[in-house]
Amino acid sequence: MTERMGFFTDTSVCIGCKACEVACKTWNDIPADGVDLLGMSYDNTGSLDANTWRHVAFIEQTVQDDTRWLMSSDVCKHCTEAGCLDVCPTGALFRTEFDTVVVQADICNGCGYCVPACPFGVIDRREDDGRAWKCTMCYDRIGDGLMPACATACPTESIQYGPLDELRERADERLAELHSRGQADARLYGHSPDDGVGGAGAFFLLLDEPEVYGLPSNPVVTTRDLPAMWKRAGLAAVAVAAGVAVSFLGRR
Amino acid sequence: MGYYGRPIVKEPVWKVPDVPGYLFLGGMAGASASMALAAQVSGHSELIRPARVAAAVGSLASVGALIHDLGRPERFLNMLRVFKVTSPLSVGSWILAPFSGLTALTVATDLSGRFRWIGSLAGGAAGVLGPAMCTYTSVLLADTAIPAWHNAYPELPFVFAGSAMTSAAGASLLVSPSRPAVRLGLIGSGLELTSTAAMERRVETYRSSKLLTAAKALTVAGAGLSLVRGNRVTAVLAGASYLAAGICTRFGVYRTGTASVKLVSVQSG
Repeated sequence: MTERMGFFTDTSVCIGCKACEVACKTWNDIPADGVDLLGMSYDNTGSLDANTWRHVAFIEQTVQDDTRWLMSSDVCKHCTEAGCLDVCPTGALFRTEFDTVVVQADICNGCGYCVPACPFGVIDRREDDGRAWKCTMCYDRIGDGLMPACATACPTESIQYGPLDELRERADERLAELHSRGQADARLYGHSPDDGVGGAGAFFLLLDEPEVYGLPSNPVVTTRDLPAMWKRAGLAAVAVAAGVAVSFLGRR
Repeated sequence: MGYYGRPIVKEPVWKVPDVPGYLFLGGMAGASASMALAAQVSGHSELIRPARVAAAVGSLASVGALIHDLGRPERFLNMLRVFKVTSPLSVGSWILAPFSGLTALTVATDLSGRFRWIGSLAGGAAGVLGPAMCTYTSVLLADTAIPAWHNAYPELPFVFAGSAMTSAAGASLLVSPSRPAVRLGLIGSGLELTSTAAMERRVETYRSSKLLTAAKALTVAGAGLSLVRGNRVTAVLAGASYLAAGICTRFGVYRTGTASVKLVSVQSG
């Protein structure tokens, strides 16, 4: 295993240029999804899905009679405890030597189980192709020592790629810097290994509540409760066996 | 609140009626296989064949629905490529595959009259797997980030267990009235109604499901009709009510779950 690699997306310097979206689409040869004017500020992408692996969110806020723009490039979190990977029945989803989570397109049979298992709503099934797709953290680039396409294209270093430990340190420094400048609403999201997904491989510096950006405030991987679920299902199965047996015990 | 009112968690891409249908058929088939085994052991010979046929038809149809739902149906064998206890669909595939094969073999030997001892062994094995068939699908739904499914995980297996028993009883009553089928239906009804009530206390959104309300009414109607003795028509009506109740339960749970993605924009386990 090589070092764990990750993304640190510092939204405080995002300028909403969408170069990350374009670079991602181009490098990964992702199908176009048409021109769609959504009426969501400058966001005409909408959300992460099978054909969008980087999504720039635009939030317009009125603060003291002035407009504040929040822009944030969202991406797959590459969770330490990844629900999509856990529930995948074919083994198509796997953990790479960089500790990222990747779908093997030649294995995926399109069962769709990963889609509702993701607490962030990232992974999605492509309609015409039938398989599940999401960010690979440019698995085909980082193996050759290149940076992922989005981080390479980002003109403001809002998207930073590197060893996760280094990124976490850098994020702590950046947060302290912003706080010392009086930006009290700055916060890190997904950086803590103690959170509900064991920490994200792609984490963020946000300037407002996670919900404002369309992120869950307290995501928990569904499989944490799986042992309890199997126990309950086992008990219920015993109830079926007992119920059938009892039905055949009495009079004819 | 939220990002332009968009739900965070994605709605399942599964097809309807394929997946809720698969839940219903699998449960009915599982309990029917166990019923066939119990009938065999206790000497209720007239109940064996209908239960075996219900198990085979139900499980083969549920396999068909599951394959049809895949984005790449030609790759359905990849379901058996690995065994993963963290994936209820992997565990389920390893239950469903032998179960459907065993039930098909059982019916084939039964109807053809050849190699009946093999059919009895296969039927016995299917009967042992049957209860697992009835309840693994509840874990399949609960092990997701869909709020109404995940949060209902303590009760959902019992709702599905009760529903599977009434469905198997219903299939049996359609063919012929019998005391064991009546008793199985009553036990299943009791389990389903009490566990559904408990589930609704935990996850309130199930209360507004019209399908679940219909399921309760049909279950009560089926139980009531099954108690009328010596009447072929009421037995058939009881069987039909139980089967309709089973369909309503599975579709009700399924639809309440997919709708809960919109109701609850933030999911926190």
